Amino acid sequence: MISYDFEYAKPATIDEALDQFQTFEKQGKNPIYFSGGTEIITLGRKNRIVTNAVIDIKAIPECTVIQKQEGKLVLGAALSLTEVIEQNVFPLLSEIAMEIADNTARNKITLGGNICSNIVYKEAVLPFLLTESEAMIATKKGLERRPFTKRFNQQLQLGQGEFLVQVTTKESDLTLPFLTMKKRKQWDVGYPLLTTAALQKESRVKVAFSGLCAFPFRNEQLEHRLNACQLSNDERIEQAIREVDTPLLDDVHGSAEYRKFVLKNSLMDVLNAFEGADRRW
Amino acid sequence: MSWSIGKNIIRKDAVEKVTGTAKYTADAPTSNMYHVKLVISQHAHAKLKAVNVARAWDVSGVRAILLGQSSLPLTGDEVKDRPILAFDRVRYFGEPIAAVVADEPFQAKKAAELIEVIYEPLPVVQSPKEALQRDAVLLHENLASYDKVQYVYPEKGSNVANRVKIRKGTIEQALLESDVVIEENFSLSPSDHTAMETRCVIAEVKQDGFVHFTSTTQAPYRIKEQMSNYFNIDEGKIIVNAPYVGGGFGGKVALHLELIAYLATVAVGGKQVKLHYTREEDMVTAPGRIGLEATIKLAATKDGKITGAKLLYLFDTGAYSDKGTMISKAAAATCTGPYQIDNIWCDSLAVYTNHPYATAYRGFSHSELLFAFERAMDILARKLGMDPLELRKKNAILPGQTTPTQVPLNSSTVGDLPRCINKLKELMNWQEGTVIPIDDEKVRVKGISCSWKTSTIGPSASSGVALLFNPDGSINVLSGIVEIGMGAKTILAQLLAEKLKMDIQKIHVHMEVNTQTTPEHYKTAASRGTLMAGRALVKAADDAIRQLKQIAAQVLICSPDDLDVGYEKVYVREEPDAFVEVKDICYGYKYPNGYAIGGQIIGKGTYTLRHLTNLDRHTGIGKTGPEYTIGAQGVEVEFNTKDFTYKILKAYSVIDAGKVLNPQTAIGQIMGGMSMGLNHASSETFVFNDEGIVQNPRFRTYGPFRYGNHPDYIVHFLENPHIDGPFGARGVGESGLIGMPAALANSLSVASRVELNRLPLTPEFIWHEKKAGNNDDLV
Amino acid sequence: MVKNEVTLHVNGETRSLYIRNAETLLYTLREKLGLTGAKPGCLNGDCGACTVEVNGAAIKSCIMLTIEAANQQITTVEGLQDAPIQTQFVEKFAFQCGYCTPGFIMNCNTLIEKYPEANETVIKKWLESNICRCTGYKEIEDAVKAVLTSNQADSSV
Repeated sequence: MISYDFEYAKPATIDEALDQFQTFEKQGKNPIYFSGGTEIITLGRKNRIVTNAVIDIKAIPECTVIQKQEGKLVLGAALSLTEVIEQNVFPLLSEIAMEIADNTARNKITLGGNICSNIVYKEAVLPFLLTESEAMIATKKGLERRPFTKRFNQQLQLGQGEFLVQVTTKESDLTLPFLTMKKRKQWDVGYPLLTTAALQKESRVKVAFSGLCAFPFRNEQLEHRLNACQLSNDERIEQAIREVDTPLLDDVHGSAEYRKFVLKNSLMDVLNAFEGADRRW
Repeated sequence: MSWSIGKNIIRKDAVEKVTGTAKYTADAPTSNMYHVKLVISQHAHAKLKAVNVARAWDVSGVRAILLGQSSLPLTGDEVKDRPILAFDRVRYFGEPIAAVVADEPFQAKKAAELIEVIYEPLPVVQSPKEALQRDAVLLHENLASYDKVQYVYPEKGSNVANRVKIRKGTIEQALLESDVVIEENFSLSPSDHTAMETRCVIAEVKQDGFVHFTSTTQAPYRIKEQMSNYFNIDEGKIIVNAPYVGGGFGGKVALHLELIAYLATVAVGGKQVKLHYTREEDMVTAPGRIGLEATIKLAATKDGKITGAKLLYLFDTGAYSDKGTMISKAAAATCTGPYQIDNIWCDSLAVYTNHPYATAYRGFSHSELLFAFERAMDILARKLGMDPLELRKKNAILPGQTTPTQVPLNSSTVGDLPRCINKLKELMNWQEGTVIPIDDEKVRVKGISCSWKTSTIGPSASSGVALLFNPDGSINVLSGIVEIGMGAKTILAQLLAEKLKMDIQKIHVHMEVNTQTTPEHYKTAASRGTLMAGRALVKAADDAIRQLKQIAAQVLICSPDDLDVGYEKVYVREEPDAFVEVKDICYGYKYPNGYAIGGQIIGKGTYTLRHLTNLDRHTGIGKTGPEYTIGAQGVEVEFNTKDFTYKILKAYSVIDAGKVLNPQTAIGQIMGGMSMGLNHASSETFVFNDEGIVQNPRFRTYGPFRYGNHPDYIVHFLENPHIDGPFGARGVGESGLIGMPAALANSLSVASRVELNRLPLTPEFIWHEKKAGNNDDLV
Repeated sequence: MVKNEVTLHVNGETRSLYIRNAETLLYTLREKLGLTGAKPGCLNGDCGACTVEVNGAAIKSCIMLTIEAANQQITTVEGLQDAPIQTQFVEKFAFQCGYCTPGFIMNCNTLIEKYPEANETVIKKWLESNICRCTGYKEIEDAVKAVLTSNQADSSV
């Protein structure tokens, strides 16, 4: 039950959405874009998100595309995670998405909603941090295309009134060898203790994490250590872990120290998985 | 031939439940109601400096705002220690402080959000051991002056709400004369029932002064009784409706929301009000599951005979005692698990802390105390170098022996534990070993536990059943049991079908309970439905049979003694062709000339538990419950020695059920209980921060089992009849659960080679204990 | 208070009603349409007791705004007519208190419609969206598998 009231708009075009935002803003309604809306509804119940106007982007055609064009995969921000998984055009993303929330909730949670969410995990960003991907953002000046890794720093950097329309990924990156692992406090559903996504490109291992720190990230120094082939796996992992430069989460899911233990195991699994990768893939 | 007993009779509530037409409390149309929303404490312990309600009144639709006050009665089952709404001080995170009544739910919520509470934090007590320290902050300075029932013993100037002592034999001598002694500490934090249906109540005072409640309750008759006591209302003018209840597990025994809802309806001139808890409120504001800290010391001879047990159970009853005092008593009464031990010293305490308060939980102390005791049994077995199953078998309690409270047992009251153990051994393929390597990382391990359970229930608890015949010969069964999920009313129909040798399709059970029109059943708790209501039903059936025979005797012109009832007929025993159909006499009989005799047959029966006593204050001698349901349980787990994760592959229960009345229902009860026990053992718990705030009052972070976490269940019943039970049945509603935590902990202790003495058994906890312990010599 | 008129297509009927935009589909179904089969269990998308079908997909109605469901095809448990999964829930004793049952049934029903040949992995992925506290899930497993097996038997004839 949300105790406050809000306006609801469902524009049919990107421009309408941008205009609607401005209109609501002028009216002092603190508008927010609404895609799957699951987080707005659940946090709204606790007044951790408060707004007087939501703009539902699900009717905007660009936000629901799923297609390959010009060597790129284009995924609309308002696609449900279920649609992303079922189409399975990006296996790494499918695997990551398949572990977010639960099957029924994924019919409602959207790709863009997860990427732009308030929760610290935002696991759907991991595949885009590891591949050549771009965020397509609706701005007052028109559509802006930016490398995803540049645009994502702790969270997707969006200006006032802007929203994520699509994410595009270079087609040749979609089929690279990858590994995903989601470790939870216990059992098979729910938030991660640590989600690891790893990808091998040109015999280098890239790796991105969610649940380790207060935001998902990829760390180049860490990857550098991990790829130091002259060292043993144990040494590589030990050095890689030292490169984590932000505090580890210490919460109801697990202590920081335990997360480090889980991280170590996960990195070992990553290295083992890609060892002799040429043969395997 | 059996008509119904022992058959998988389809449940009488099935169609309503699978079509969504079964009505629960919150399903009533609300167009004519006001809605109540609470303001709950954001601190675990604080002085209330001020509660400012001015801004809340600005919200449209607000009808009343209630605050706590000293003139309102203190409440509680055994010790009256709990204010309905906190005043001056809050003692747990989630405690109700204020209630808003408004036209619409969102208005009530909005107004509640605008009430400003100014707190002055007080030191927080987070465990019984901490609460018992000499300089501990007192939760209840006025403990000694609270009203209480006779047989609980709060200790003045302390945080002890109750202490029960068991003194059997001479423990010091036993410790001296033994060959081996072990002593270990065990603990588990408070947690919650999390029944799928959150608590809800609708209350109204009608113009004629009658007070109506519809509630998610397991104890409608106790609501009536207690509301009458607290507010001086004639008990006959309180009417409680209990529709279907969406799971209880003990949590809906406590009187809680009804008190607030009553104040709310009175504040708005008696108009109907609805108070419906959110999941978060249901978890922290309403009472939950008790926590425990235990110290177990066992003495044994070299060959494994246990000579003495010195036991300390410190139950964390939270901020208020509710059922905590009775839980400490129940734990004392069965403190050793199902073993014959001559020398026992046990202190079982209910201790106040700043945690959400505790009420009954399925098992009523048994899963908690058995976790501690049965873990200790494994540790003892290890020290003795003895097979854990053999140790249990050697000490298994038998007919002819006495319980810790010195009640002599016979095969009817205790069943056959050694046979349960033997059967478990066979089912688990025990001779294969308990640790079976799978690969470099994984092992398959087994763990076991024995269990026993009796109910600790008021000595005068009773149950009544009425049977109303319809003109077509079918029968309506009225019983005060609330259908909370266990299928008890279907069992009643089966018992009646068996008694009357008739088609169960012609027996109709009334699911909803209305305290004005339904015969009382004490409480739907403690696995007492089948015994108490079952016995009442048998008596009511006998009453109906007597009446049927009486009228049939006049029709058939013979003595009632020559008649039998069955097949929807009353017939001459010796000449079954001479009969009259039940439908022709159950509404009286009409002679051809128009004369009529008799009237509607109404059978009635009541049952009261026999010879139960309170426990002697100094020795614990006394009898708390009628029969024991004993069992042997086990698990098989696949454990990863690298990352300490595991999967529960199989779970076993061998239970002496006395007589299985409906196999599917009984197996369902056992499997559901096992699932709950394993869930509690492996992931469910409240997580508190340093300020005593519950960090995870939501399913998302609380750790409930989901589909796929469930193991293969292997359930086996023994049938040594409980002579007092209907057709020999024992209560089995809790038996599936209570041995599971210990069995899982025992298996994982073997697997991880470190003693795991705390719940829940998360991979992180195992990792932590491995790091701290390093006792690799364990296996 | 902002109230808007919406049109909902529920169980084959078209209904127009006034709602707050902030209202969830669960609230509207229960309080405005009297369809109380969908149950509130958490209001947080965690437990699945409120599951209904929207345009053929299982949806937790506590995390959908009513206004989002405007003009969509909604089916609640009340809209099922002797669905095989209902029969199997009865026969396999796949309920106890019954509170999670409508949500489970709706989820199972969409699973069966969409993946009549669902394997173990798919069944698990779907059914872990709902929580049951009474059963040990085994009876629910038996019920779903009974329907799937009989479908597969039918289709192979």
